[in-house]
Amino acid sequence: MAEKTFKLEEIPHVSEFSNHGEFKATKTRNTATFQEKGQSKDKVVGSLEEAIRLSGLKDGMTISFHHHFRNGDHVINQVVAKLAEMGFKNLTLASSSLASVHAPLIEYIEQGVITHIETSGMRGELAERVSRGLMDFPVIFRSHGGRAEAVASGELHIDVAFLGAPSCDPFGNANGYSRDDDDSIMCGSMGYARPDARMADTTIIITNNLVKFPNTPCAIPESDVDYIVLVDDIGDPKGIMGGATRYTKNPKELIIAKTAAEAVKAAGYVYDGFSMQMGSGGASLATARYLRQMMIDEGIKCRFALGGITGQIAAMHEEGLIEKILDVQSFDLDAAMSLKKNHCHQQSDSPTYAAYRREAAVNQLDFVILSALEVDTDFNVNVLTGSDGVIRGAIGGHPDTAEGAALSVIVCPLTRGRIPCVVPKVNHVVTPGSVVDVVVTEQGVAVNPARPEVAEKLKAAGLPVATIESRADRAERSVGKPDPIKFKDKIVGVVMYRDNTVIDVVKQIDED
Amino acid sequence: MAEKKRLRRAMMFVPGNNPGMIRDCHIYGSDSVMFDLEDSVSIMEKDAARFLVYQALHDLKYGKKELVVRINDLNSGLGLKDLEAIVKAGVHVVRLPKTDSAQDVIDCEREIARIEAENNIPVGTTLMMAAIESANGVLNAREIAHASDRLIGIALGAEDYVTDLKTTRSDGIELLFARCMILNAARSAGIDALDTVYSDVNNEEGFIAEATLIKKLGFDGKSVINPRQIEPLHKVFMPSEKDLNKARAVMGAYEEAMAKGSGVVALNGKMIDKPVVIRAQRLLELAELSEVREVEEI
Repeated sequence: MAEKTFKLEEIPHVSEFSNHGEFKATKTRNTATFQEKGQSKDKVVGSLEEAIRLSGLKDGMTISFHHHFRNGDHVINQVVAKLAEMGFKNLTLASSSLASVHAPLIEYIEQGVITHIETSGMRGELAERVSRGLMDFPVIFRSHGGRAEAVASGELHIDVAFLGAPSCDPFGNANGYSRDDDDSIMCGSMGYARPDARMADTTIIITNNLVKFPNTPCAIPESDVDYIVLVDDIGDPKGIMGGATRYTKNPKELIIAKTAAEAVKAAGYVYDGFSMQMGSGGASLATARYLRQMMIDEGIKCRFALGGITGQIAAMHEEGLIEKILDVQSFDLDAAMSLKKNHCHQQSDSPTYAAYRREAAVNQLDFVILSALEVDTDFNVNVLTGSDGVIRGAIGGHPDTAEGAALSVIVCPLTRGRIPCVVPKVNHVVTPGSVVDVVVTEQGVAVNPARPEVAEKLKAAGLPVATIESRADRAERSVGKPDPIKFKDKIVGVVMYRDNTVIDVVKQIDED
Repeated sequence: MAEKKRLRRAMMFVPGNNPGMIRDCHIYGSDSVMFDLEDSVSIMEKDAARFLVYQALHDLKYGKKELVVRINDLNSGLGLKDLEAIVKAGVHVVRLPKTDSAQDVIDCEREIARIEAENNIPVGTTLMMAAIESANGVLNAREIAHASDRLIGIALGAEDYVTDLKTTRSDGIELLFARCMILNAARSAGIDALDTVYSDVNNEEGFIAEATLIKKLGFDGKSVINPRQIEPLHKVFMPSEKDLNKARAVMGAYEEAMAKGSGVVALNGKMIDKPVVIRAQRLLELAELSEVREVEEI
């Protein structure tokens, strides 16, 4: 190297821009071929147990998971079984959501391995047991936006994230599909896993498909990943995603869907360049079918569709009716395939989707079509607990999109079986009535009195507008008034609004 | 409310033993709903279905829907029990199954009149329709159509009919004679002609083809077995904007001529015959009725 022509201390203000002193030498270069380097796999550890040991996990810490494998997930049960075997206790399990497949957690809760749960929702045996007082510490239910917010602020600090991934390279670039092959498991978008990978102290990727560097595109970049574990089984492909979500043939849902499409149109939110989100329920999904026809008839396009994405939305994108898709969660294989092959169909992470304290995509929505288990005469919506008071649902992005969108539309039958769904008071409030604008049933449309201009437009379009009270009356007249559900005093769940304030509590059901 | 003359494009079958469907059947937009006590109810459930339909007619509100009940054959021992229950509950129209002769209508009417009198219902309130489902019935269609003032229409029941003919349902050619007979008989009596069901619910194209055919023949409407068939059927019966404009012009010319006291109606230099005026009037009435979006009493 040539002789030095400067002295470090003579450079003006040097301490203000450099802390590393003078250049001395380059590091020893690795001249192995790219192929050879790929063999070294420095982040890939031999076993799940080794990764857990290396992560520094201790009793009382918080572990996180994502729910992109839905009811086909084998990661959570596998990891918690290993943690139990290794003797861990008093852990907080923070998953972006939980499904029926997670019933084995009951055993580990009883053993004290898991003592706290944070989730968006819960179903099946685990939910049944939680509703009957399984846990001493209440389950914290957050919306997707609320969770993103809590993770970002540190309110929900993640010590170790265990993130299942359908593909990962040896450096940790992980994704929900792989452009290297067409046979491996897919979950599509991994939007809910991304903030966990970013914010966790330690991130462990669990994959059954180690692909060559670079695994592009990736949901999770290598810079967020500490260890990789290669396992045989991350989940059941059939449970992770079905081939295609089919449009409902249920005539009642079709009436609701058609009315909902006409309502958003009448309210002025279907125009050239509009934006939308559809929930995953039968009626909300079918609304897309009627909107599609409107768009074709009128020659208009949607600028972007957001949220959980189905094959129907992907097909409208491929038809040229929807210009861009922001996909936080792919609901079916057709959606995942579209994400894989269409460059205007992009993964979006949960903060970008729905964060509360900064701009998020939900705020750019013209309208959202959402389902409900029950809705009350104050327009409050419950999507978490069933008519028996037992937890059987998930908050998801319900309150995030309802508040963010210019028009929030709830699609809900007046009754299900012998149960009224438009009621004087919901059992639990998940989305407050102040952010719910229109309730569409198969027997009339109710508009929140806070939006009189919407009511006027719907009436002018000939839609059957009625008061929400009259709809609750109609429901009660046709199926009667159910006995109130009895609860004990013990609080088994806490419902957080998207700003992470407490909006309601779920109490233990009383079956005595 | 029982009305002899009204729009009857879609008459939706509702099994009498299905409480969920009985509760919600009015929401799908059919002009009439028909609670079935006959073939869709197994022999084990006849009493329960009759009780259910009685309660529904008695307690539930169905807005402006025409409420029809298909009873069991009077000779079966069940039909009379059905009549006792539904006439008392205020059914609008009794649908008589397997009508072979005018006598079947007369026998049924006699029982209805008796039940009305016993329950202080003005005699004649309850209307009737007759389903024709055999070769005999088709050949007697004219007498059947004229058998009672209570009849609002006669209908074809194709499944039994094709069996009687020793054929099966195919492209519709097998029903052509029966359809034409029933249509002409109905028109001769000044009542409605109503077509049979199309059973393949998932074949919308086939359904629309059949609906188009029966509309061309002159039928007033058709029975449907699934709510999904209602909208396509209504679309088939909905006049086009072009036809409506023409009808409006005809009626304009007609009213102008009437105002002038002239017996001759002319439009664009052409004379218009009376049947053209009648058709134009019917078309406009149909369009007006079809446009009405029923907002249930709230």
